[in-house]
Amino acid sequence: MISTATARRIAGDVRSGKRTAREVVEESLARIEKYDGEIHAFVHVCSDEALARADGIDAAVARGETDGLLLGVPVAVKDNICTRNIPTTAASRILENYRPPYDAHVIERLLGEGAVIVGKTNQDEFGMGSTSQYTVYEATRNPWNSGRVPGGSSGGSAAAVAAGMVPIALGTDTGGSIRQPAAFCGVTGLKPTYGRVSRYGLIAFASSLDQIGPITADAPDAALALRVIAGRDERDSTSADKKVPAYDGKPVSGGSIEGLKIGLPLEYFPDNLDGEVAAAVRLGVSGLEKLGASVVEVSLPHTRYAIAAYYIIAPAEASSNLARYDGVHYGRRAESHDVRSLYVRSRSEGFGPEVQRRIMLGTFALSSGYYDAYYLKAQKVRTLVRRDFEKAFERCDLIVSPVAPGSAFPLGKWLDDPIRMYLGDVFTVPASLAGCPAVSVPCGMTGDGLPIGMQVIGPEFREGLVLGAAAAYQKATDHPAGIPSEIRKIESRSGANN
Amino acid sequence: MELEKLLERCEPVIGLEIHVQLRTETKMFCGCANRFGAPPNSLTCPVCLGLPGALPVINRRSFELGVRAALALHGNIQNDTGFDRKNYFYPDQPKNYQISQYELPLALGGYVEIENDSDAAKKIRLMRMHLEEDAGKNIHDPDSNSTLVDLNRAGTPLLEIVSEPDIRSPGDAVLYARSLREILRYAEVSDCDMEKGNFRADTNISVRPRGSGELGTRTEIKNLNSFAHLRACLEFEIKRQAEILESGGQVLQETLQFDPVTGRTSSMRSKEEAHDYRYFPEPDLLPVFISEDRVGEIRGSLPELPGPKRRRYVEDYGLSEYVAGVLTADRESAALFESAIARGGEPKRMANWIANEVAGQMNDRGLAWDECPMTPKMIVELEELIADGTITRKVGRGLFPEIFGTGKPPSDIVREKGLAGGADLSEIGRILDRMIEEKPKLVADYKAGRKKAVNAFIGPVMRKTRGKADAGEVVRLLEGKLGAPDEGKS
Repeated sequence: MISTATARRIAGDVRSGKRTAREVVEESLARIEKYDGEIHAFVHVCSDEALARADGIDAAVARGETDGLLLGVPVAVKDNICTRNIPTTAASRILENYRPPYDAHVIERLLGEGAVIVGKTNQDEFGMGSTSQYTVYEATRNPWNSGRVPGGSSGGSAAAVAAGMVPIALGTDTGGSIRQPAAFCGVTGLKPTYGRVSRYGLIAFASSLDQIGPITADAPDAALALRVIAGRDERDSTSADKKVPAYDGKPVSGGSIEGLKIGLPLEYFPDNLDGEVAAAVRLGVSGLEKLGASVVEVSLPHTRYAIAAYYIIAPAEASSNLARYDGVHYGRRAESHDVRSLYVRSRSEGFGPEVQRRIMLGTFALSSGYYDAYYLKAQKVRTLVRRDFEKAFERCDLIVSPVAPGSAFPLGKWLDDPIRMYLGDVFTVPASLAGCPAVSVPCGMTGDGLPIGMQVIGPEFREGLVLGAAAAYQKATDHPAGIPSEIRKIESRSGANN
Repeated sequence: MELEKLLERCEPVIGLEIHVQLRTETKMFCGCANRFGAPPNSLTCPVCLGLPGALPVINRRSFELGVRAALALHGNIQNDTGFDRKNYFYPDQPKNYQISQYELPLALGGYVEIENDSDAAKKIRLMRMHLEEDAGKNIHDPDSNSTLVDLNRAGTPLLEIVSEPDIRSPGDAVLYARSLREILRYAEVSDCDMEKGNFRADTNISVRPRGSGELGTRTEIKNLNSFAHLRACLEFEIKRQAEILESGGQVLQETLQFDPVTGRTSSMRSKEEAHDYRYFPEPDLLPVFISEDRVGEIRGSLPELPGPKRRRYVEDYGLSEYVAGVLTADRESAALFESAIARGGEPKRMANWIANEVAGQMNDRGLAWDECPMTPKMIVELEELIADGTITRKVGRGLFPEIFGTGKPPSDIVREKGLAGGADLSEIGRILDRMIEEKPKLVADYKAGRKKAVNAFIGPVMRKTRGKADAGEVVRLLEGKLGAPDEGKS
């Protein structure tokens, strides 16, 4: 039987000496060992380093050094976040065997608060995709149904938390890559405000959109993790010079969300929305109403243009960000006798099909003669989308919507239809373009036993409000999911074997 | 065809793009040292290596040095500026894009004044000045027949200064580049050491019939790293283009490289092969705002620049244009002159020493002004030795190479060499004593006040001291020994 302890519980237990960090980490590693042969959430597990660090923490606790907010808490890290001397490949062949010489800012923060990195999680290559199938490794499976995708690109992180392997996993979100897999896997995933968390050490996909955020079992743990990783970092010029509140993840205004105005955007409940998703999200909204929130209709009229704008801006930035992977300085180098073929071969062999597609899209959008019609126009749309949110937040405190138009789909589906795949980002991309914080919270299950997520979007830097509402909701409602079916199966098999 | 003949019929239209490395402690977007000559790849970090996940942060000092340079060149500082990415693949550029300024450059406009022999002072207008990062260096390794990359230089702050096509001759192009270099050295924004690559020029040139108002097709020549190459490549290119045009052909728009060995240009890439740099705003950096107040502060901290200084020397000290020009050609030479005056040196005398003797020695020894061993004190002292009669001006000039070469105080050298009258007083005394003893008649004539007798003493002293003795000193000594002669007798 698995009991998934929260990160705050684990840190409390380690601090008080009730449990040792070694016990906690060993348990996490044992679960990875047990489940991951089927789930494929991890691309690299660093057991030795994790256990050595756990022992170090236990020794420190024994000396009375018990300060860390995440003392002894096992954390999984998406493979596009740099970890010193630990393989970091962004799930790409072009970075095979690459070990960064430095830790990302978020890793420094985690380690500074006593967390233990247990491994790196699978993803779509460079964050480009929403299924975690565009990876040089084995595709990650959804813990609720191994024939389904876990979502992406942070599919490994969401699956690892859903399967109870770790209480906290870091993901990254460019157009929904934390929120959508969190929804598909039945866990909580927060995309912070753009600039809230330093991107230093995050392997860039689209610099003006990328944010690192936590994936956790519940909102209070997400709040705790955010408190650790958020804040100004001089090494990232786009990181905000704003004080980090002590996000406690407590429901807002003393345990109640009474008086909060929830905006429901018309554009996010289209006629063709999956019926089960629509019903579950509406049920979630009525749950919030029961807690004292009121509901108003709002409009985000430029939503329909957001996907098009996003799929110009993000690939444009990516085409430039990924230019450095050329076989010259690090990573995979193809055999060749001149520099041009070195570039062409290294990049053709090293990048997967979706990455190549986006590099070409972005290169085209920035080309002379097309720049104004595509990139510049897309930036104007981005401004309009941002204004939509500013206007909406004049009428409400939070916006609630579905995370994705449907639930987790079968592995292999839509791989040959990129446009269809891109349209799946329709509800997550606008908040990315606007820079707003948004959390994905489980709000129901499909008849097939797949989780459904509800998105709570707040104004810039109002993560406390967003997480507070999510926490209040989670406190008042039973988690709709419980233990994922694939994990239950593995447990019952191993129980039968024993 | 002779260039001069060609130039009677054809007019070249020339513009220059000059890249100046700014003299900062650290690189433009990271904390690595900005230094020349360190072991390859020793001055690097994740940021300037372009490692995955690393981000640039603007070095405030490089931005302000850029502003300082642009102000020294009379540019209009733009309060709202920003950085863009210039995308192209090259192995010395680890990110395969260069962080540069495209849409919102640091400064627009500005000018550099040049003075050639024929025209009055002429203003070469500037189009724009913008900041960007330097690339690393590719080094061919003959042993392994491979190319090695040194990224120490990658991320060095550069200011690119783009002129309008206002230049009309290779000579003026060199004058422009020299004046620009002089101003930037004065403003202390760059050492502008061409051998170290601090100051590098690209040029574009087209040729048209004299009197034509239209511009011809231009070519661009990259990476000229000396004034001589700049002149030679422009001369070659004028001839090449003029001959094509006069034989009815068409000049191709292309980018060329110059081979200093053959003195010829050759094609690097045609217009069709030109890069599409796909510029877009650098999303890793925020726009930069610089206030008028801060611009004013930087303007206030600029030193006197060479043009105004030269005019002041002519007006205040009565120096010739030529001497004032030599003194202000470098900030160190001007500083030497001004310190010498501050130590009480007479301006014209000081100017002549520096413009003639010091400059001559520097030239003979191939020294740059910042390597000059002469101190203002040395020059002032030398002039004092002459002014008080210790040595003659001729002797002073003769001593100059030794003073310059050894760096010793002039008075020490004069004493050591026994060149001063004063230094040989005992010898003169001994000579006089012997004469007094051996020539009583002469002593009597002296005492009787015969002027000839005085000369009869001086002559042998001069001979025996090989002319070093000062006649006045001899007379003074003689008076000390024999008393003053009676007045009026002859």
